[in-house]
Parts: sequence; C-alpha cells; structure tokens
Amino acid sequence: MDVLQAGQGQLVGWHDPDEHRAWVATHKSRALKDKRTTVRQAIANYVTDGALLACGGFGHIRVSMAAIYEIVRQHKRDLTLCGKTAVHDSDILIAAGCVRRIEVAYAFGHELRGLSPASRRAVESGRCQVVAEISNAGYQWRFLAAAMGLPFIPTRVMLGTDTLAHSSARVVQDPFSGKPIALLPACYPDVVLMHVHRCDRCGNAQIDGIVIEDFELARAARRLIVTTEEIVDEEVIREQPWRTLIPYYLVDAVVAAPYGAHPALMPGHYYFDEEHIGEWLRLSKTDEGVAEYLDKYVYGVEDLAEYLELIGGQEQMEYLRQVELLQTPLRTPRPEESA
Amino acid sequence: MKQDYDPTELLAYVAAGLLEDDKSVFVGTGLPMIAAMLAQRTHAPNLLIVFEAGGIGPQVPVLPISVGDSRTFYRAVAASSMHDVMSASQAGYLDYGFLGAAQIDPYGNLNTTVIGEWSAPQVRLPGSGGANDVGSLCWRTIVVMRQDRQRFVERLDFLTTPGYLDGPGARERAGLPAGSGPYRVITQLGLYGFDATSRRMTLLATHPGVTVENVQAQSGFELLVPAEVETSEPPPPEVCRILREIDPTGMVIGK
Repeated sequence: MDVLQAGQGQLVGWHDPDEHRAWVATHKSRALKDKRTTVRQAIANYVTDGALLACGGFGHIRVSMAAIYEIVRQHKRDLTLCGKTAVHDSDILIAAGCVRRIEVAYAFGHELRGLSPASRRAVESGRCQVVAEISNAGYQWRFLAAAMGLPFIPTRVMLGTDTLAHSSARVVQDPFSGKPIALLPACYPDVVLMHVHRCDRCGNAQIDGIVIEDFELARAARRLIVTTEEIVDEEVIREQPWRTLIPYYLVDAVVAAPYGAHPALMPGHYYFDEEHIGEWLRLSKTDEGVAEYLDKYVYGVEDLAEYLELIGGQEQMEYLRQVELLQTPLRTPRPEESA
Repeated sequence: MKQDYDPTELLAYVAAGLLEDDKSVFVGTGLPMIAAMLAQRTHAPNLLIVFEAGGIGPQVPVLPISVGDSRTFYRAVAASSMHDVMSASQAGYLDYGFLGAAQIDPYGNLNTTVIGEWSAPQVRLPGSGGANDVGSLCWRTIVVMRQDRQRFVERLDFLTTPGYLDGPGARERAGLPAGSGPYRVITQLGLYGFDATSRRMTLLATHPGVTVENVQAQSGFELLVPAEVETSEPPPPEVCRILREIDPTGMVIGK
C-alpha cells in the first residue's frame, strides 16, 4: 500500500502490537486481587518522569483531580500529555511545570469559560511544546486501535487539512474503495488516570452516564489508576455484570477518592464548581497567581480531605449536588472575574 | 438602529431557523447549543441533538457549559460514548454539524488551532476538538462566528477543519465523505451559503440595519453577492423570552 501523505507530527505512544502483547503478558496480572492503595502510593508507583499520561473523562467532566493534584505535589516532570479534550487537568499540570510535551486534540481552553491563561503562556513561550495535532475522534480511535491490539485504524477524519499534516497519521489508498483514507496509529499511554462512580477492591468499575472514550482508553492504558467515589463489595459488581465498563485485569491501582473530581463535574453526584474554576482562571493570569493557587490548594494540603475542607467542605459539595440534580440554580462568577 | 433584542439573540434565532424537525444535529459549545435548544423548543420538537461526549437525543433543560455536561444527556434516549457518536457521524446519520471558529476562508475551511505560525504561535487556540470530525463527517456543516477582516480571511493561518478545501471536488479527492460540506455561515452581519459551482461563500441575507457594503467591508475576501439578498427576520419577543430561559445566567446570550 503506497503512503499518499505522511503527517509530520511526532508519533507518541505507539508500540508494535507484538511488543505490546509481550508487555501485557509479563506486566498485567490476571489475578483477582485487592489493589486498594493510597493516591500517593499509586502516583509514586506508576507515574514516572517522562511518561505519556492520559486522563479519563472529558474537559471538566469526571476527571481524577485527586490524582492530578498528587502528580503536582510529587513534582513529576517532563510528562507528555494526551491532549484529548484536556482542560482543567492539563491546565493545572502544565501550569505546575509537570508537562514538557503535548499532543493536542483540544487543550488550552475551558470551553464556554474562555482560553487557559497559564497553558497558553507555557505554549506561546515554548515551555510546553505541542508535538502533534489530532481531532477528538482521531484520538479516541487511536485508543481504540490500541484497545484492539492493532497497529492502526482507518478513518475518514482529518483528510485534506493542516490537522492531518501536523498529526502522526498517514494517508493511503483504501484497497477496497480505492479512495484515500487516513490511518491513525495506535496510542498506548504509559499511565491513565480515571475517576469512576464505583468499583470493587480488585478494580471492576462502573461509570454512570456518558462513558466518553473511557471504554477505549482503559483498554489502551499500560498502567491504569482508578480513583473512585465509592468502593463497593464484589457482589455489587457480580449482581449486574453488564454494568462493568472496566474489568479488574485492566486496573493496576484502586484509590477511594470521594469527591475526587472536584472542581470537575461528576455525573449524578456534583456539578462543576464554577466559583473555584473562576478563581483558578483569575489567578492563573500570572505566574505568581499560579504559585498562589498551587500553594493554597495543592502543596499546602496533605490530602484530598484537607483540600475538600478548603473549598467549602460538605456544605459546598451539597450545593454542587443540588445544582447537578437541577434542584438549585448555579452561582457563576461574574464574567470580568473569570475572563 | 434601535432594537429590542440582543445581537446574540438574533444569531441564535437565525441559526435555529436552519434546523429542521426530525433531523439530527451535532452541536458544539456555546451558540450552537443554544440554537439547537431553541429549535427544539419551537419548530423542531423532534430535533435529534447529539453531543460528542455521548449525549444522544436529550431534552436539554438549561444551557450546558460543556459538551460533556450532564445536561447533554438529560432525558436523553441514550448516554453513550464518543466512539458511538463519531461512528454514527462517519456512517452518515448526522444531518447537520454546528460549529464555531476563529477564522474562516472563502471555501468554508476553519481555523481553531493557531493564530500566527504553528511552530511559534502568536495565539495558541484549543485545536480541533471535535470540529474536524464534525466538518469531515456531517452532511451539512453550519458555522456561527463573529465576522471582521481578521476572521474572514483569504488564507487561514491553519486549516483545522475542512470546508470545501480549495474548491469543487476537493473534499472527495481528499477522501472525505461524498456530498458533505459547509452549508451556512451565520455572523453578526449576515447569513451566507456556498455557490454550487465555485464553492465560494455567497451572501444570502443581511441582518436588519446591515447593508451589503457593511458586509463586504468586514470581510478580508470578496464575497459573492447575488442579485437578490434577503433581510433576516428579527427574533420575536417570545423567542427572546425562551432564549433567556435557556441561558438564565447570560453565559452566551447578552455577551
């Protein structure tokens, strides 16, 4: 098959499928065992400097902020980030100096809230380097190819654009239709952080609501750290096995982290904390503000429990629960405060 | 000119009017969401709204902040996945795609990646997100954006999302789905389509109080102007009321 066009973006996270099979055979245990640990231990064990990191969820939805804060707290460096609609997670990690490189489907923005001042500064000054572009569908299909144990997957997105020219995709002539088609290389992140509604101590996990691309991403991950709102008995899983999105053998660490997605949204549990996100967007306009935020909410607290007290504790989380359930209106910071 | 509606209300009203009942629309953050919600609350109750993170067929109660917000699958027919939604788009189930952009060119190609050089950005923008996918895979793409000479440009700084690329037949030659492409562009000044032969942007209507000269003056490329140019209908009070109900905190309407 002739390559009609080769994207010039850097290829990150790709492995030969046989190499990956061999890695899985020796590194991923099939033992049904207790994997509960602390977030500190999980990050120390599995997030190494220079690793390729991806986060489950989407933007400010069901992101494992508990694990993100811990990465910052442990001063991890030179990470490459999968910018797969990476929003608050990537903004904090980039601002804290943990990320050296990023492949971008969507980053440096907070959707309706505007652009990310801190990440933009890092990218525009060269502190963080964009190594490739891709689209959202493109990224999740890279994970799908990895989940399937394939070297690549064909798609009809990105064709004819600079997005493809700056991606790691290649265009070939499809041997069936004769038309050009984009081949997206598999992407196996070294470590994936994923926040779920509930799982058992071995890692069998359920997610309520949209699953976004977490089915594929959990299966593409080499190491998978699951943080969870709740650890349930194995019987809860076995009673309704059709609800298991992530079976235990994919999971390396299980961390109980109730409210661990704050200030992101946890479907059915709590809404975005717009006041907290607004505070971040306001402070992150300057490097001094970033330092102030991190000192207060990350370095200045021991763990998730202390952090939650700082953001308003049970009272704030109850308010966010009511907003999520449409029982109370949302308080938003004034646009001039958050813009 | 004195008017009793907000400019974003007019945009939302014109945009909603393009969506038909019993069709499907893939919507992005902001005005596209508002337009789809308005259409569903007025002339298109069975409009199938689809969000990239997996929300399918919701009855959206209030403006979502994100395309992954729980509101995007409120009373939905399915809370699914990106793979499902993107695959449905690739297989031809999505009639309309609805996007915003920072820059557009005469062929409806969009830039949401970078202003300036890619390797040394003047302004780094978020990137494709789902925009390239929507613009590649939906049958008809609608773009809503602000218009001025920096945004309506002859040549994009970066071609993030495909319109008609460099003219007739280019999408198909690149391997994009046959018969798909940009359909309408809505700005604060007017409504545009694309010429069937040249695939270049054509003025269809100006908004109340806007002249053809105004519209051309705020474009960095020459717009095709047919003999007949319509004037957009302003949003009636009832529509403005519904829009404030959709966006009670004024995140988009009134900005």
